[in-house]
Amino acid sequence: MPDGLNEFPDLNAVHDALAARFGSAILESTFVQKELSVRIKTESILPVVTFLQSEQGFNALSDMIGLDHPGTPAEGRTRFSVLYQLYKYPAHLRLRLVVDVPESGEVDSVVSVHKSADWAEREIFDMFGIRFAGHPDLRRIYLEPEFEGHPLRKDFPLQGKP
Amino acid sequence: MSFKDLELNMGPQHPSTHGVLRLKVTIDNEVIVRIEPVVGYLHRGMEKLWESLTYPQILPLTDRLDYIAAVSNNLAYVLAVEKLAGIEVPKRAQYIRVILSELMRISSHLAWVGFQANDIGAITVLLYGFEYREDFLDIFETYAGGRLTINGLRIGGVPFDLDGGLIGRIRKTLARLPKRLHEVEMLLNENRIWKHRTQGVGCLSAEEAIEHGLTGPCLRACGVPWDIRKDIPYSSYEDFEFDVPLSDQGDVYGRYLVRMQEIRQSVRIIEQALDRLPAGDHIAKVPKILRIPAGEVFHSIEAPKGELGFYIRSNGTDKPERVKMKSPSFINLQSLPSMCRGGIFSDVVSILGSLDIVLGEIDK
Repeated sequence: MPDGLNEFPDLNAVHDALAARFGSAILESTFVQKELSVRIKTESILPVVTFLQSEQGFNALSDMIGLDHPGTPAEGRTRFSVLYQLYKYPAHLRLRLVVDVPESGEVDSVVSVHKSADWAEREIFDMFGIRFAGHPDLRRIYLEPEFEGHPLRKDFPLQGKP
Repeated sequence: MSFKDLELNMGPQHPSTHGVLRLKVTIDNEVIVRIEPVVGYLHRGMEKLWESLTYPQILPLTDRLDYIAAVSNNLAYVLAVEKLAGIEVPKRAQYIRVILSELMRISSHLAWVGFQANDIGAITVLLYGFEYREDFLDIFETYAGGRLTINGLRIGGVPFDLDGGLIGRIRKTLARLPKRLHEVEMLLNENRIWKHRTQGVGCLSAEEAIEHGLTGPCLRACGVPWDIRKDIPYSSYEDFEFDVPLSDQGDVYGRYLVRMQEIRQSVRIIEQALDRLPAGDHIAKVPKILRIPAGEVFHSIEAPKGELGFYIRSNGTDKPERVKMKSPSFINLQSLPSMCRGGIFSDVVSILGSLDIVLGEIDK
């Protein structure tokens, strides 16, 4: 259990339930700034999100965030990460899930669980080139279809063409 | 002649799309079969740009997201930075922030009611709404020098203190407001055309709304009392008494009622904040070059449009590694196809307007 989490019994219970169900899929849990962040195996994202939604009441996906870690990634990590910012209403709990995605890899889409993931996944695909398996309509959302490159990758230049 | 499965293009240059939004609408005679919003015409690559700027340099750019309520963007951003850097904000600054962001909420909702009524054909209300909003823009101009993108906050506090003259002016403007809201309501509440175009239009149940991730007045119009100011208070909102207006209809009319009541609650909050404005500094001491230790944070606030959040990841330098904005309009617009399905084509304008989207924050 991460430090300080036992002072927040509601969130702690969620973490315990998650650990009991998906023990080996949880790679790391941190509790910083009163925000619980759980890193899980990439292939477990869909079952974990489904479990949190149907059995733990995390009924809203606030946001999805793509990250590019420049340079050589740390031990056991890959170039990209996708973050899922979940929200439980009406208990007002927040939980962040993290999965690592290798450069040519893909991650399962969670659109079947959270409808708001639809555009969020398209945005991450557009900006980082991370593919979401099972997304009903994975296209660029902001840029034109002919655009080459993915602007929020760290190796994409700020000015000029890549 | 039949118009089965006819594809219509609405926008990106259209007076009722509130910016550069394009809608691909498939209709069966007058009934909507499918509707697909196409966004990105205003994409300025803000998030890429932010990675090359220092933390204070990012602040004025956040004004350009939801430009109808600039201070709300500032507030979400500075709160996230302060949380990450561990900066304590003086109580007086927190109260001034509340006053400014509630004034922004009122001016945003007044602009909304004007736009919405204009889209439906009641041009008078547009003129009324914008005339009343003018008073609020004047307050912002007196306070920060700008009218629309006022850059009204700083990391650690607010740039200027509120002086007695401005406080008197805010009070005077607020005192005039109830009569003005009444005028708008006299024009709309029992107006047959307005009711016909809004009641039972764009309905969404509470479950569907949560499933779509809807936030803000649109969600509260479905009867869900979810207001971050109450549920996870920030910037001293716990000090103020106010109600969360709800409607159980979930239609465009419900969203109108909720927004009109929210203006009244904002007035309550501002009056309490002005009455109890604490003495002290208006800004904390923040180093000129702000280096934030490596870490990550997500902070969200209740903006006029819904939940507005910032995810910031720092790497120990004076520039962030990643800043991601969660914009309420982006999520809310996704529910447009569900709201429109089975409705008639002329309702698209009414439903789209009721979501209160701003393309500046959708496209980023």
